[in-house]
Amino acid sequence: MSDIPTIESEALASIENAGDLAALDAVRVAELGKKGRVSGLMKTLGKMSPEERQEMGPKLNALKERVTAAIEARKAVLEDEALEAQVAAEKIDLTLPARPEPVGRLHPVMQVFEEIAAIFGDMGFAVAEGPDIEDDWHNFTALNFPEGHPARETHDTFFMAPDKEGAQKVLRTHTSPVQIRTMVEEAPPIRIIAPGRVYRNDWDATHTPMFHQVEGLVIEDGVHMGHLKGCLIDFVKAFFEIDEVEARFRPHFFPFTEPSAEMDVKCDRSGGQMKIGEGEDWMEILGCGMVHPNVLKNCGIDPDKHQGFAFGVGVDRLAMLKYGMPDLRPYFEADPAWTRHYGFRPWLTPSVSGGLS
Amino acid sequence: MKFTLSWLKDHLATKLDLEGIREVMLKAGLEVEHVDNPADRLAAFSVAHVKAAEPHPDADRLRVCRVDTVDGEKQIVCGAPNARAGMTAIYAPLGTYIPGLDFALDKKPRKIRGIESQGMLCSTKELEAGEDHDGIADLDTPFAVGTPAAEALGLDDAAIDFEVTPNRADWLGVSGIARDLAAAGAGRFLHKDIRPVPGSHDCPVDIVIEAPEACAVFAGATIRGVKNGPSPEWMRQRLKAIGIQPRSLLVDVTNYLSHDRARPLHVYDAGKLDGAVCARLGKPGERLEAIDGKTYEIGPEMCVIADNSGAIGLGGVMGGQSTAVSEETTEVFIESAWFDPDRTARTGRDTGIVSDARYRFERGVDPKSCLDGLNLAMQLITRYGGGEASHTLMVGTPPQPRDKVAFRLADVERLTGLKVRPAQMKRMVRDLGFAIEDAGDAWYLTVPSWRFDIEQSADLVEEIARLVGYDELPVASLETPAEGRRAMLTPLQERVRVARRVMAARGFLEAVTWSFMAREHAALFSNGDDGADPALAIANPVASDLDQMRPSILANLATAIQKAADRGERGVRLFEAGPVYLGDGPRDQRRMVSALVRPAPARHWQPGTPAYDAFAAKADLLALLDALGQPEERFQIAAPRDTHWHPGQSASLKLGPKVTVAQFGALHPRVLKALDVEGPLYGFELNLNALPQMKARRLKTRRALDVSDLSPVRRDLAFLVDEDVPAGEILRLCRAAEKTLISRIQVFDVYQGEGIDPGKKSIAIEITLQPSGDTLKDKDIDAIMDKLITAVAKGTGGVLRS
Repeated sequence: MSDIPTIESEALASIENAGDLAALDAVRVAELGKKGRVSGLMKTLGKMSPEERQEMGPKLNALKERVTAAIEARKAVLEDEALEAQVAAEKIDLTLPARPEPVGRLHPVMQVFEEIAAIFGDMGFAVAEGPDIEDDWHNFTALNFPEGHPARETHDTFFMAPDKEGAQKVLRTHTSPVQIRTMVEEAPPIRIIAPGRVYRNDWDATHTPMFHQVEGLVIEDGVHMGHLKGCLIDFVKAFFEIDEVEARFRPHFFPFTEPSAEMDVKCDRSGGQMKIGEGEDWMEILGCGMVHPNVLKNCGIDPDKHQGFAFGVGVDRLAMLKYGMPDLRPYFEADPAWTRHYGFRPWLTPSVSGGLS
Repeated sequence: MKFTLSWLKDHLATKLDLEGIREVMLKAGLEVEHVDNPADRLAAFSVAHVKAAEPHPDADRLRVCRVDTVDGEKQIVCGAPNARAGMTAIYAPLGTYIPGLDFALDKKPRKIRGIESQGMLCSTKELEAGEDHDGIADLDTPFAVGTPAAEALGLDDAAIDFEVTPNRADWLGVSGIARDLAAAGAGRFLHKDIRPVPGSHDCPVDIVIEAPEACAVFAGATIRGVKNGPSPEWMRQRLKAIGIQPRSLLVDVTNYLSHDRARPLHVYDAGKLDGAVCARLGKPGERLEAIDGKTYEIGPEMCVIADNSGAIGLGGVMGGQSTAVSEETTEVFIESAWFDPDRTARTGRDTGIVSDARYRFERGVDPKSCLDGLNLAMQLITRYGGGEASHTLMVGTPPQPRDKVAFRLADVERLTGLKVRPAQMKRMVRDLGFAIEDAGDAWYLTVPSWRFDIEQSADLVEEIARLVGYDELPVASLETPAEGRRAMLTPLQERVRVARRVMAARGFLEAVTWSFMAREHAALFSNGDDGADPALAIANPVASDLDQMRPSILANLATAIQKAADRGERGVRLFEAGPVYLGDGPRDQRRMVSALVRPAPARHWQPGTPAYDAFAAKADLLALLDALGQPEERFQIAAPRDTHWHPGQSASLKLGPKVTVAQFGALHPRVLKALDVEGPLYGFELNLNALPQMKARRLKTRRALDVSDLSPVRRDLAFLVDEDVPAGEILRLCRAAEKTLISRIQVFDVYQGEGIDPGKKSIAIEITLQPSGDTLKDKDIDAIMDKLITAVAKGTGGVLRS
């Protein structure tokens, strides 16, 4: 049995030389298969004398184990190589573009509506709404525009076709009729904002026949112009996301407020960019005042017992000021290029706590 | 309204300069729109003395001047023929912008024909300050060297333009402005009593008022032997400064007083009047050739001034050509009347005439100013045009002064938060012209005849607040409402928010388009042959193709998509969450979410990328509904309701037989053709108002999750049905047949063709059963399958495909 080392070295060599799993298996069959060489040697054990067997048994078993282990080890190597080759063959070009996903964007005016609602919501205002097609009473008369008053003419009103009685409804020229609807339906205290579309028959570089306003209305005991001032300064600071704003209130005339005011804020127009809250220029941003006693009366509220303030702000222009759209007209053209550029990602939900923009 | 600083100072004693006046105006509510200050424009120019003017050695028409200027002695080459030694001239240093020539001088001295010129001597035309062109300005007064040119030329009078709010008719006269600014602390109002002009004879023109409702008072007088030449230079200057072209003394006086006192007047050539002057209402068929050269139809509600010849003017609006004054006029009849504001406004609107008189009368003219205005006009005309005045004549009675207004002093603090001493308030109210009857807590105020905006206590509060200044108002933040924070959005508003975000997240661009559209296009979306709803027509549209309130958003989206496609955009996806109008009532407005897509040809290296189609629209719609808490199973799918949808490639989602919540699929090709839009376009419109209200639940906790340990069982069934049987019907029948165990049904194959009879189709579905209590045995499953097969057979006549 002097050939055990020879057999072992031959077997290990052929295992080492097996180039693939098939060749390795052939070696396994040749050595350890039923008719294999090592198996053949193992069979000779049966015919041996006990002394011989005692000597050869461990040697042959050790031979079988070593060959078996060598085959397993070689198999692991070959399998790994095969996987490497397979993976290498599976290469794809990931610089190729992914399937296109359409890009969606939100319109800036609608986003600014939400920003405004978030700010006033934080101050405890609810959102109210009213119809775009209004009757004369809600749009004018109840708001203390007497019939034939010149203030009506300044509104460039759109009129609907006359009905059978000759009465003409109007497209609301402001969101103020929502004040009326709210005060007629609800008793004080009232704290609402009313965003919406408004219409005026005017179309040039700085006017569009449809635009957006947010109306504000507070009817609460003890509320006076100081609160109006504070509330609007708070709003401007929050909206433009600035720490301080220099604001100025000027007397003005609106039929539905008394006293009435316009609010200006300091701005810097230098360098072709508008910066709110700094600089030397003033920019008018909204109209406001204490709700006119006649308006309260028209809504069935006693002006000697109740009082409050109202304001109205143009949303399109606020959006322009904050986000730098140079022109009002593309707002309503549904131009994909404009909307992709100035629009907002859908995940941006304005909130006071999380930031408006 | 425009006025000049010096004009204001006729009525206001003040120490304030232009900037100071501006500040007081702002505080008092007179919003300055523009200030034209010649002193600023001409700041670079100053008076210079010409010491010598020698002929230029190389140019006959040029002179070389030695000039004493604010910058020292300068050598200036000048082409003016009138340049001479000893003259007082206007000097512009190097680098100055010359407004009349619209160029700036070089910054460095320039040689003119070899001789250096170190500045320029200017004509008034070059300063845009006059019309002389025979040479440079040659000042009569020897102003000192360095005197600002504006001062030397008498142009240091700034013109201020401000917005007159409709409530303040009294600001349409400089004296009214002065009274207000004085009350606001700018100085002292200079009130001058107007002395009546003594007439020498009775007014030869009779005045009759036939329509006191239109013309309450009419004062008049004549001046005979008047010369209607140019008005005095100071008056011409002032009129020019506020943008009014001077014409003749008589016309200029009326314009002047209209702006000085907010008192419109009219002057007639008395020689052209035929009989008495009568204020009456218009007669049928009457016309007027007005002084603007146009002829106007007169309505029966208009106030007419007439003589025997017929209408000679529209009262308070415009005079007529036939009796207009001219250079030949020697006798003038002056009208100073009071016309009803509303009627004047209507006449102005109906005729379209815009005039200073209309502007004032429709806002309200002091009814007590008739005689004063007449006397002022007579003073000015006789002073500058001579002549002999008649006695004045006044017919009618001014409208009743209004009742006294009760001003509750406490309202000032109640409404504004301001604490103002009563003595201070009293001073302000008096300065404004109110008479005070002091009753302690309330004052009873007689409203001055020129104020039409004071009716109640709040109006006085505004007067006090603006005169104190809004800067003095306290700044207070609103308190948190006692009942705490509520949800600020209604469920509908919340839906709009969610919908917009879902659509943008699914790749749609948000549009905001006009609420109005072309009527003929609206008809396409109005579901019938009657055309667009006449109640939704706009009587005065801004453009002829924006004359109808939209019944649908889709047309606007379709045309926007076409416009984008024309510019080379492909595969545009638009949506809008906005209003549509079903009628003109307050409840006829609906909030729609409408989306539209033009499918782009799939150009991608991976084959089989699907293009947008009706099923993609359905997926977007269902995803949106799911986000709104509206599961698909809640709705039935039926044929489209509206005719703008493709009848075979669109459908509606219904809640019961009556309520259509949404429609989706392809737009009708006929509609696309009429809109001139290339198809196909796929999309949907969802009526947010039609969705069921989600009940607000007080308890926010969720039901416990119930997951079965048992594995689901899947079975496939294929049915042969008639080809017009909707797949949805098979699914509905199966679900109805087994209500508890089926957790999901999928259609995985639809087949027509070989092996299937014509007119039939095969629909293969996968049914997932989720056992809950016990495992399902084969015989249980078979029994369920049999139930489904029977139900489908009964409902559709379909058989199991073998």
